[in-house]
Amino acid sequence: MRVLVSMLAGSLFGAGLLISGMTDTTKVQGWLDVFGNWDPTLAFVMGGAILPMLIAWRMTAHRRPLTGGQFPKMSPPELDRRLIIGSVMFGMGWGLSGLCPGPAIASITYGGLGGLVFLAAMITGMFAAPGLGAQLDRSANAA
Amino acid sequence: MYIEWIWGLAGGLLIGLGAAVYLLGNGRIMGASGILGGLVDGSDRTLERLSFIAGVIATPLVLSPLLSSAPMTHLTDNFAVIVIAGLLVGAGTRIANGCTSGHGVCGISRFSVRGIIATLIYIGAGGATIALMRHIWGLI
Repeated sequence: MRVLVSMLAGSLFGAGLLISGMTDTTKVQGWLDVFGNWDPTLAFVMGGAILPMLIAWRMTAHRRPLTGGQFPKMSPPELDRRLIIGSVMFGMGWGLSGLCPGPAIASITYGGLGGLVFLAAMITGMFAAPGLGAQLDRSANAA
Repeated sequence: MYIEWIWGLAGGLLIGLGAAVYLLGNGRIMGASGILGGLVDGSDRTLERLSFIAGVIATPLVLSPLLSSAPMTHLTDNFAVIVIAGLLVGAGTRIANGCTSGHGVCGISRFSVRGIIATLIYIGAGGATIALMRHIWGLI
């Protein structure tokens, strides 16, 4: 059941990324490029995606997930080095390429060699992340 | 132009619907970097993660014949830029524990302070990177 839910969610996500144009790096970079020919599409995608989730979060009150267990608790509103520095790194890579993790996966069949190289580099970065994160914590403690 | 916004809104609704199915069905936050990163780390729920990714990859194959033009990514052909960007996206999203789907879609809709701050930071960093690399240095 959980596997079927995951596949349905992944299919909706993949379909949404494709038809919204979010696997097209021109559109994503166009949205980030406020000094160029600004493309507002991404704001519509983000707004459209948030709407069903506003309802979904409301529905989690006094309920349990369909397959059992608990809904994820909200993290306390603490801003740490990991959140800030990690997000800066992600944003730089996102701006450089126009790809974030979802579209990088979704475009694997039509992104060409460049897309595959990006995906390989992204997975390599994910392998390196625990070590880099631990180093950030150590420098935070030393400061 | 307007038609692209409408497709954007329609696609966005599907993305949000996927996130809602994942949350209400499995009780998990639908974050692309977390789902893939958990495989890299060897975390639990391997089959769920793989089936999510299979859905993400398979849908464009099914939908492509219905589209008026073949899907394109328009990714740069500068492989140094691709590799550096990929490393930054992979490491950054795992260190920050979320990307556009997890911190963005799922976090903002929950009014999560961490999700909103992360989103503002990666959008700011992305915009600054484009401004610098495209308009000042002319590299991308």
